[in-house]
Amino acid sequence: MNARENVLAKLRRVTGVTGDDAARRATVASRLSDAPKGVIPDRANLPRDGKIELFCAMAAQFGATMTRVGSYTDVPAEVSAYLRARNLPAEVRMGADKRLEKAKWSSEKNLEVRSGASDGGDLSGVSHAMAGIAETGTLALFSGPDNPTTINFLPEHHIVVLKASDIKGDMESVWAMVRKAKGKGEMPRALNLVTGPSRSGDIEQTIILGAHGPRALHIVIVD
Amino acid sequence: MELAAKHFKANASRALIDVQLQKALGNVEKGFIGKRKKAADALPEFEQLRDNARDIKDHALAHLDLYLEEYEARVKAAGGHVHWAETAEDARRIVLDICRKANARTVTKGKSMITEEIALNDHLSANGIEPVETDLGEYIIQLRGEHPSHIIAPAVHLNKEQVEGDFRRVHTHLSQERDLTEPVALLSEAREVLRQRYFAADVGVTGANFLIAETGSSVIVTNEGNGDLTQTLGKVHVVVASIEKIVPTLEDTSQILRVLARSATGQDMSVYTTFSTGPRRPEDPDGPDEYHVVLLDNGRSSMLGTEYQDMLRCIRCGACMNHCPVYHAVGGHAYGSVYPGPMGAVLTPSLNGIDESGHLPNASTFCGRCESVCPMRIPLPKMMRHWRESEFERNLSPSTTRYGLKFWAFFAKRPKLYRMAVSFGMPLLSLFGGPSRRFKSLPLAGGWTRYRDLPAPEGRTFLQAWAQREALKQEPSAEGAEK
Repeated sequence: MNARENVLAKLRRVTGVTGDDAARRATVASRLSDAPKGVIPDRANLPRDGKIELFCAMAAQFGATMTRVGSYTDVPAEVSAYLRARNLPAEVRMGADKRLEKAKWSSEKNLEVRSGASDGGDLSGVSHAMAGIAETGTLALFSGPDNPTTINFLPEHHIVVLKASDIKGDMESVWAMVRKAKGKGEMPRALNLVTGPSRSGDIEQTIILGAHGPRALHIVIVD
Repeated sequence: MELAAKHFKANASRALIDVQLQKALGNVEKGFIGKRKKAADALPEFEQLRDNARDIKDHALAHLDLYLEEYEARVKAAGGHVHWAETAEDARRIVLDICRKANARTVTKGKSMITEEIALNDHLSANGIEPVETDLGEYIIQLRGEHPSHIIAPAVHLNKEQVEGDFRRVHTHLSQERDLTEPVALLSEAREVLRQRYFAADVGVTGANFLIAETGSSVIVTNEGNGDLTQTLGKVHVVVASIEKIVPTLEDTSQILRVLARSATGQDMSVYTTFSTGPRRPEDPDGPDEYHVVLLDNGRSSMLGTEYQDMLRCIRCGACMNHCPVYHAVGGHAYGSVYPGPMGAVLTPSLNGIDESGHLPNASTFCGRCESVCPMRIPLPKMMRHWRESEFERNLSPSTTRYGLKFWAFFAKRPKLYRMAVSFGMPLLSLFGGPSRRFKSLPLAGGWTRYRDLPAPEGRTFLQAWAQREALKQEPSAEGAEK
């Protein structure tokens, strides 16, 4: 306990404040409960279709590929086509997300669907994002049994399913969704914001895709 | 490599004639400056966001004690552990204890400057635990036994041929015939080698870009995905972070995220921004069993309430060094400190004392580019000037500098005498300049003329030239009257 008390006491001493100052406590409490938004870029202040268009343009700029399908039942065929086009084995790793289960994977006879977390042996993984952020072409993914975090990072190809209506303009809209899903102040164990496939510029500042995470990110938008 | 800021001058002289280094340093301007400008220009709200980011950190620093308490309570509520460390030594001991309790043999590491600051790798190695850096740049410099030369591009001082040599030297289990001429081949090889290390590691150590008081989350911002594999696959995740990383809310975090990646690499967002809150939950199929945060002071509290407080706003984007002409010329290692460039020139004396690092705040031309690009609007040149003053006041600067300044100050404080002296000196210097109008050597200015000529004065003082210019304005010429 000593280090804790020492650090806090020193912070208070050098700034000439006390820990039991009611006004300071009230300032902090209201900041935490009000969570003021600050400056929101206007670029994503668009109607629904504009948001989807901007999301796709931004995600493409950062190296993601994407496709739009009419319903969840179209997803398995799209996944199969993606794997076939890249000469990948017809196998995917996937969590227990109810929306993905709705997709009826049995329709793809040759596609092997493995469930649960990835152990590093999967070339391709499928996740369902909880939101898309149009402002930067970013996906938001929650950890948990529905979408294990390992699927976001271990497979070489990450295929992410996203509902068109979950594409929001700004990051702040995602915070509203997190609070609605988990409660104020609560978070999933891991919240991953993903913008394009992994990359490194560490050798001569030349950007190369496919560092430690997926080499390719494919987004399937369901209308 | 020994870190010693007092050797800056000797290091810089060596760096200037190091052909490999000079070639590699060309990548700094190419890789960062244009990209940052493009990203900043593409966001009309960028300047407003910088103001707001500054205000958020100022607010957090003014209430740091209370936000730290809130943050700690949220981490505990999520099942995590918070350890407070006053010094680097305390932090090393805490991390080692956690590793020992986990019976750790290897520890994977996400890129983190704070673990460089506390020299964690040496401490773990000395105690029989192998640290494995997983960021490509950090991995390369670990193989070479070096320190990062840049806070976000640790191997920016190297060329690909050097990396190829290191990989051939260390990865002896692979065929000597393999082709490693292209960076992509080097990256693939590192990916393969490190994949096995993540799974074998018992503990994953990362830093944090932010600690969020509202939720008890630690945030890492990366492009490679190594930080996420490090913290997801280890049985224990240890976050080492200094106390000023606190921000109040998720909204505050997104304000600063909007300026971070743009200032660092010119991306709108880095590829992976990950919010981690506590250990694996009962229903979770993956994630670490334990989640620890080591909250480190190590000199930060001593900066609060001083003229160096603004430095605590720093988010370690690296824009200041990317835009620094001194950094471009000598690279990061010459500084001999964990943190190079302008931010290091301010932070290092705060952390290690001005006695040891007096050269660093002097390693600046005061061109002001660092401050003009700093997303947190940190007045870096002003703070370097504070350090120079404090060095002077404490009689630490060299005697030639001190006498020179005193001599100059004598005249500067007596304007009439000053003007008389220069109006006498300028024509004289102009005369000695000869037909070439240049000095190849000059008494007391050998440091300058050793490398370049000094242009000779035109013969008039600035004030004389100015007076003449004003006089011309008063009597409009034919050309002036037409306007």
